[in-house]
Amino acid sequence: MSADTSLPVLTQKDFASDQEIRWCPRCGDYSILAQMKKVLPTLGIPRENIVFVSGIGCSSRFPYYMSTYGMHSIHGRAPAIATGLKVARPELTVFVITGDGDALSIGGNHLMHALRRNVDLKIIMFNNQIYGLTKGQYSPTSPLGKKTKSTPFGSVDRPLNPLSIAIGAGATFVARSADVDIKHLTSVLERAAAHKGSAFVEVYQDCNVFNSGAFEFATKKDQKEENCIYLEHGKPLIYGKARDKGVRIDGAGNPDIVNLSDVKEDDLLFHDETTDDPTHAFRLAQMRWPDSPEPMGVFRAIERPTYDGEVDRQFKDCIASQGSGDLDKLFNSGDTWEVKAKS
Amino acid sequence: MSSESRESSEQETAENETPVESQTATKELQTVESVVIRFCGDSGDGMQLAGTQFTNVSAVFGNDVSTLPDFPAEIRAPAGSLFGVSGFQLCFSSGDIYTPGDEVDTLVAMNPAALKTNLADLKRGGTLIVNEDAFDKSNLGKAHYDSNPLDDESELASYRVHKVPMTRLTRDAVDGLGLSVREADRCKNFFALGLVYWLYERDSKPTEEWVKSKFGKYPSVLEANLRALKAGFNFGFSTEQFTVHYEVPAAQLEPGRYRKVTGNEAVAMGLVTAAKLAETELFYGGYPITPASDILHELSKLKRFGVRTFQAEDEIAAITSVVGAAFGGALAVTASSGPGIALKGEGIGLGVIMELPMVIVDVQRGGPSTGLPTKTEQSDLFLTYFGRNGDCPMPVIAARSPADCFAMAQEAVRIAVEFMTPVFLLTDGYIANGAEPWKIPEVDGMYRVKVRHPTESNGNGHGFQPYMRDENLVRPWAIPGTPGLEHRLGGLEKSDGSGNVSYDPDNHQQMTKIRSQKLDKIAESIPDQEVDGSESGDLLVISWGGTYGAVKSACAASRRQGKSVAHCHLQYIHPFPRNLGEVLSRYKKVLIPELNSGQLWIIIRAHFLVDAVSMSKVKGKPFLIGELCDKIDEVLES
Repeated sequence: MSADTSLPVLTQKDFASDQEIRWCPRCGDYSILAQMKKVLPTLGIPRENIVFVSGIGCSSRFPYYMSTYGMHSIHGRAPAIATGLKVARPELTVFVITGDGDALSIGGNHLMHALRRNVDLKIIMFNNQIYGLTKGQYSPTSPLGKKTKSTPFGSVDRPLNPLSIAIGAGATFVARSADVDIKHLTSVLERAAAHKGSAFVEVYQDCNVFNSGAFEFATKKDQKEENCIYLEHGKPLIYGKARDKGVRIDGAGNPDIVNLSDVKEDDLLFHDETTDDPTHAFRLAQMRWPDSPEPMGVFRAIERPTYDGEVDRQFKDCIASQGSGDLDKLFNSGDTWEVKAKS
Repeated sequence: MSSESRESSEQETAENETPVESQTATKELQTVESVVIRFCGDSGDGMQLAGTQFTNVSAVFGNDVSTLPDFPAEIRAPAGSLFGVSGFQLCFSSGDIYTPGDEVDTLVAMNPAALKTNLADLKRGGTLIVNEDAFDKSNLGKAHYDSNPLDDESELASYRVHKVPMTRLTRDAVDGLGLSVREADRCKNFFALGLVYWLYERDSKPTEEWVKSKFGKYPSVLEANLRALKAGFNFGFSTEQFTVHYEVPAAQLEPGRYRKVTGNEAVAMGLVTAAKLAETELFYGGYPITPASDILHELSKLKRFGVRTFQAEDEIAAITSVVGAAFGGALAVTASSGPGIALKGEGIGLGVIMELPMVIVDVQRGGPSTGLPTKTEQSDLFLTYFGRNGDCPMPVIAARSPADCFAMAQEAVRIAVEFMTPVFLLTDGYIANGAEPWKIPEVDGMYRVKVRHPTESNGNGHGFQPYMRDENLVRPWAIPGTPGLEHRLGGLEKSDGSGNVSYDPDNHQQMTKIRSQKLDKIAESIPDQEVDGSESGDLLVISWGGTYGAVKSACAASRRQGKSVAHCHLQYIHPFPRNLGEVLSRYKKVLIPELNSGQLWIIIRAHFLVDAVSMSKVKGKPFLIGELCDKIDEVLES
């Protein structure tokens, strides 16, 4: 471990723990870990003020591989644990590392509530559309018809759309990236880390053992430009290798794929991540490959008071207005009476 | 206290012999030591309010008091229905009292349903006051009476019955104030209260003050309540129906300043006190559940004491938020009742393996499942003792009365912090909602829990070792924000010392042993078990939790009859006090009464191989002293 000084200049290496990493070879998690280690030194936050909290699953081993404070907890509960930590210690920077099963199945309730409260947490959800740690059952994001060990005849569960859930819950920051899309992922993680409030980032992550290639459409070199739209705030939705296609909104309010040769750029849908109305972000979240090009990047980034900030404000206001609590006064509050010694 | 001593003294004051000096002299005044009153009526009839007011005036007067509210699980059950009956029982006495009383001396029943569900508890010869206006066809039907019991001489022959047209008299009293009939009728609890104030020579001033402060903004309501109160008082005073009234002299309580506390209030104050004296912040994560919610309510008011409360989305989030806050260095607490504790199990296990301090209060109620939410029971002992996966030992302590919750909450914090472990504090619905006088303590001299967060690494150049232990097997409570002590905790088995994940078989054996040995270390920090009664003898009665008062009273009553009966009340259940085995060996027989099917009984038998006898009651009601005395006799004679 490096010695800490008052103005530490940290590098990627400073964030690596001494623990052997035990993900499968070529697991997408390695890339996410590497990008996180790259991003952390740029935040200017002392290592000791960063905490990684995770649930259960392959992704949730993440905290062991970081030299920050961390907790590998129990299935689905990381958002609730992180909420308790952040409320108790609002000055800490708290990341939640979770997977699609952890966050959306067993922990769906906690995820929803952390997001609607706008707890200042950076929730990074690794989505591989499969249960990896328990060796290959379908997950809440697996597509209909998916054949797995627990669905040998194909899954009849309709998949959840994680970003729709996040936007529906009122998340103030919602983004998507992919494990091997290194630059994009780095920039999205940086944006999430800088966001004040709950940030929800879905990262497409390849489980090359149980669900290999699920996200090739969004990661393969020659395919991703044709299949994905890289969102930029204030810019029109244009995509394609030749940037020759775009999205506009038709009369019924639905996205309409158009050729730029037919439509003026000004008529396209412009991305606005700061609009308070969630309709725009929700519409984007509904655009899924292969039915339409799939947006990647920051869907929504708005400012709202954070839950932990408000709890802290009330806490300090009460002390400021009522004075620090006096036990004697507390004990003597309400109806009291005196019992006199018998003379 | 005991029924035989109640009707004592000054019976035959001169009745109607001399010309009337003052009007009160026209009625006989009897002095009694202890009285149990129960107010019962519809859940909208204001019975809790009447009971609370009576308790307050009795406490201010100087009686020892103990109360037991009993309300239905339904928020507003249909008016007049049997399951909508709400009751409030209180005992007030000139002696020390330990329970809200057994048999009821005076029952105030506001309608037929209240009469039907409560009459069995009224002692023979007891006073029954009923609102006869409520005994109409409709209400009788709802209470499943075929005929009016007030018309049936034989039905009520064993009681001193006072049929009072309370509704009509209350309406007359508030006439002219412009109240609707509905509003007028809502005052009848004050009429009933005024009547019993006369009956027991209570000073109604504190209640009048309360009414004035409460209804100051509504002059007509204020006036109506005062008039109803007075009308009730005057009715007792002037009507021919009542020939006797009673006085209960002030008790000889230890001198000092007192207030009334419920168990839930005392838990909240105890937690705040421990945190404040430890100069640390309290984090409370909770989810509303009967009968524990008031702990959340109380703490939510006390932010200025360094309290942050979090109403979580569910019980699981409540406990796991506590895990997070404990990791962050807060004094972290949650409270719930049985169903919620069941949900919290996995999170508590996480706290145990991570060896983080936290307090979990279980306010027990009738089970299983949703069971009897508003009724008391002691059946979560197994749940707290065993109810987690794996070998997962953790301390379990239990408060014995409302006021005792104050001390035990602080003790739970002490054990949690000093031994780095989750701790269970057991109370129950009876303690939580019941109230008793609490001698307001001095802050100076109270035990201060020492919170230590290390700032230096303990690894001698090998990095911080979060599971390196001291002589008490306690690991350091290093918290985020401390440079150089970065470490990872988790639910996977830890390597002793480094805290790294370990699947090593010998390490797991070792860590399992250490977690268990920690309990032995805790045993060294708790007081030896004391016994009430002789040091050895025929029978030792062991109780725990909220049955303390009833068992203590029963054992004392048995001793007064010359029986060799000692009482041992456990506040520490896991670990047991170190001398408990030796204490058990000094008595020929051991009886363990519990409001469950014998949970402590099984644990005691397993631990000490003693042939203890179980006494089990699971009716959602506390033990009666009389039934305990009967069982004691049965065991002594067997």
